Amino acid sequence: MAEPVFAMEHVSKAFGGNVVLRDISLSVEPGEVVAIIGPSGGGKSTLLRCATTLEQIDSGTLSYGDLQVATTDASGNVAYLKGDALRRAKSRFGLVFQSYNLFPHMSVLKNIMDAPIVVQKRDRAEVEREARALIAKMGLTGTEDKVPCQLSGGQQQRASIARALALNPDILFFDEPTSALDPELTGEVLKVIRQLAAEDITMIIVTHEMAFARDVADRVVFMDGGMIVEEGDPAEVLANPKQERTRAFLARYSG
Amino acid sequence: MDITTMTGMLLEGFGTTITIFALTLVGSIPLAVPIALARMSRFLPLRTLARVYISILRGTPLMLQMFAIYFAPYYVFGIELTPDSKWQACIIAFIVNYAAYFAEIYRSGIQSIPRGQYEAAEVLGYSRAQTFARIVLPQVIKRILPSMGNEVITLVKDTSLAFAIGVAEMFSTAKALVASQVSMVPFAISAVFYWVFNFLVEIIIGRVEKKLDYYHD
Repeated sequence: MAEPVFAMEHVSKAFGGNVVLRDISLSVEPGEVVAIIGPSGGGKSTLLRCATTLEQIDSGTLSYGDLQVATTDASGNVAYLKGDALRRAKSRFGLVFQSYNLFPHMSVLKNIMDAPIVVQKRDRAEVEREARALIAKMGLTGTEDKVPCQLSGGQQQRASIARALALNPDILFFDEPTSALDPELTGEVLKVIRQLAAEDITMIIVTHEMAFARDVADRVVFMDGGMIVEEGDPAEVLANPKQERTRAFLARYSG
Repeated sequence: MDITTMTGMLLEGFGTTITIFALTLVGSIPLAVPIALARMSRFLPLRTLARVYISILRGTPLMLQMFAIYFAPYYVFGIELTPDSKWQACIIAFIVNYAAYFAEIYRSGIQSIPRGQYEAAEVLGYSRAQTFARIVLPQVIKRILPSMGNEVITLVKDTSLAFAIGVAEMFSTAKALVASQVSMVPFAISAVFYWVFNFLVEIIIGRVEKKLDYYHD
């Protein structure tokens, strides 16, 4: 089996006395699409925030390919990569936020090109060529010189996906990418994510769109109470959940 | 004395007024940056120091600060005052006073940038300095422009406080002329000067605001 693109082992995280992640282990193979579902407050977003180093883990290990980003020693102290090494690790993943978080003062093209040029110090002409190709792929042709406030929510989210892809990450995380969108705009964003899945881009997607999870994901992970309650083949987990909590959660969705 | 002569004398004083104005901005706009950063520092003593600085300089009259800075070298260190001392004290007082106001404006601007902007930059791999220069600062400038405009317009009028310490700017000249000519006309002329100058300031600020109006957030 190939080396996992991303792996977290025995990760725990608490905010004050409130334990949000309990001994989570999750790894993703190249090309795999994992959908994380579960009730709000179940730890899904915190898992993504820990994976993307926006939050520090309290214990466990975090790695991207051969790069160990965080390790815990025998006495329980967590050590993170620092400086350039951490920056190199960060270029291995991308994160798409629920609220897009595009840079409002930059055009769509600049939003996509800025990090590759400034952070990765790549050649401007080459970056621009790739950025324009990404814009076309995301169905955003014609918005290159517009600023985010001139775009619809769906366009903004697709631009933010393009921004994340521009750094050529090995894995892309999505934190409820369509939760801020109406059904029509949700459809256009899910369409581009489907397209990425078809291209074997490795992804972890936190979502409330069950039909989408079933169609696109190779594996569904159900999280509740800071734990992975159940995981497996989407059709299996969504149609015949083994755990009572998964059943209760899904029952609310199917109505 | 006719109006032309008076206007000529006032114009001379106006040169000094503009010099105070310009030197204050050139000194205080950059000085406010480290003060604002200190005010937001995670290091408590530094934060407290900035807080005390801002509190005192905003909480006491600028005129009084001018006198304090003028006399302090003599009373504290026994340094002889020279004819230049008044001018130096005046400029230093204006700079440290306005830096306190600007620092608070910078701080509120920086703190108004949503956390998501910092998080997006962090995940994309920007360093802290790059995040500040490329993501935060351009947005802060747009946000603080109206408050900065307010302060700059106040500064134009505040330059008249320099008369208290004996710096011959336009208002000192106007007062002297009013007394010697037994006429209110010098006051009227100086009012026109202040207003016209501020009108130009308004136009410039308006232009910058319009330039940054290409986006909303």
